[in-house]
Amino acid sequence: MVDSEGRIAIRDFPPTLEGKVALEVLEGGLLTTVQDLGRYGYERFGVPVAGAMDPFALQAANILVGNDPSEPALEITLVGPTLRATESCLIAVGGADFSPRVNGQEIPMWMAVFVRKGWVIEFGGRKTGCRAYLAVAGGINVPPLMGSKSTYLSGGFGGFEGRALKKGDLIPIGQPAFHLPSLAGKEFPTDRIPKYSDAPEVHVILGPQDDYFTEEGIASFLSSKHKVSPISDRMGYRLQGPEIAHKRRADIISDGIALGSVQVPADRQPIVMMADHQTTGGYPKIATVISASIPLLAQCMPGASTVTFEAITVEEAQARYREMMKALEMTNDK
Amino acid sequence: MTFYSEPRFLLAGDSALVIEFGDEISEEVNRRVHTLANAMEKNPLPGLGEAVPTYRSLLIHYDPLRLSCEEVKAFVSNVLQKCKEVLLPEPRVVEVPVVYGREFGPDIEFVAEHNGLSVEEVIRLHSGVTYTVYMLGFTPGFTYLGGLPEALATPRLPTPRKLVPAGAVGIAGTQTGVYPITTPGGWRLIGRTPLKLFEPTRDPPVLLRPGDKLCFVPISEEEFRAYG
Repeated sequence: MVDSEGRIAIRDFPPTLEGKVALEVLEGGLLTTVQDLGRYGYERFGVPVAGAMDPFALQAANILVGNDPSEPALEITLVGPTLRATESCLIAVGGADFSPRVNGQEIPMWMAVFVRKGWVIEFGGRKTGCRAYLAVAGGINVPPLMGSKSTYLSGGFGGFEGRALKKGDLIPIGQPAFHLPSLAGKEFPTDRIPKYSDAPEVHVILGPQDDYFTEEGIASFLSSKHKVSPISDRMGYRLQGPEIAHKRRADIISDGIALGSVQVPADRQPIVMMADHQTTGGYPKIATVISASIPLLAQCMPGASTVTFEAITVEEAQARYREMMKALEMTNDK
Repeated sequence: MTFYSEPRFLLAGDSALVIEFGDEISEEVNRRVHTLANAMEKNPLPGLGEAVPTYRSLLIHYDPLRLSCEEVKAFVSNVLQKCKEVLLPEPRVVEVPVVYGREFGPDIEFVAEHNGLSVEEVIRLHSGVTYTVYMLGFTPGFTYLGGLPEALATPRLPTPRKLVPAGAVGIAGTQTGVYPITTPGGWRLIGRTPLKLFEPTRDPPVLLRPGDKLCFVPISEEEFRAYG
């Protein structure tokens, strides 16, 4: 199945898919959930956005299999699931590299791969990152809830029955709109993949409550290495490092929280609000991680990675985000 | 505690802006927030996302691929000018039936004793005022209410309960509220409503919206059970 250049061969596959496509879950993995780009429009009702922790990897994987970039995929955390394809399908894995294998053979990351009926998709050891995204041509066919197919774990709704996948689940796949084999072998250009690292430099914009912190507090936040605490999860990344001092109070009148907000409670250790974050909160927020850096943070390994922060302007942040999205568009057009 | 003469614009990253009207919890400041939220809804701009109202500020999401921060600021300033003359529509008044006491409100005796009241007085006071839904947050459908009579203020439980049933009505300090979903919680429970404050498959998923008015209406255990 692999040709002389190491690519997955694309010949000799059935032109159409028969029967209902689904992924049978043989093992659920550590935390495998269905996620799309998130649930928007309900934050004013207290409903968190949820969605992919690394939206770039989700969109890239979708583009590789010919899906709309916003389709739901499986978000896989550290220990991957074992899945069997009930019918032939096209998959791509982006984000963290957990040594994905198909039918016993290691497959490349960031590439569309044809999976024959009955073949098993599994994962091995972690090479990089924390979250992999497995997209399937046709998307994951779960019912939308409040406009999204994302799983919100704490609320127990959305995605596949509002929970992580477990042994025995049958994950329905939508009908792909095209001839699958023609897309197999499509690669995501390496130079357009974010610079994932276990010690990334993460860009932030100061505010909305940077005026709650002393100058030394802000300097300490921007100049120190922060360890990603082992209790970090989809709601928040807890960081450990030198103390970040408040001027006076360590609480505010509760207000709205944006993705990437860096809260500093009274213990003076920052918490970055991630995909499942609450919609409102009462801790002052020293800064907000920029959209282009969210994927870097999402791929940090709790208990192992360290991050450093650099403050930039909102204009620079938006320019970086445009650049990142251009990488997706260019691959989508190809 | 202050009410700003001019709203402050705060950066919340590269795709959200916060418009802050004051640094206090009050009807007046909160009304300004909802007036702007309402005006933003009536003046849609491509690229603008959801506006999330809280006690004293409005967080506005936008798509940084379509709008710059300066464009959003200019647009919002313009809407703010316009809504100086605009009055909020009359708020909806939502009645929330509550069965007070017994197993539905196991802490009602404590609340009465703590405040030197009888259980009947607690019920009369709690159901005798109109509350304002300042904001939703914490969990889906959870309302932050203004208007609890001071005579009912009671500290939280020293140790939170592991499970508080959905619909439980409680008091914590000077706040009162309803648990929309079953969660752990430390509020003093005085009653329970048969209504579902949050139902993910309903549209909208919440019973109460920011800016609404709310009245608690005492009902009997039989009436509670009749809701099924």
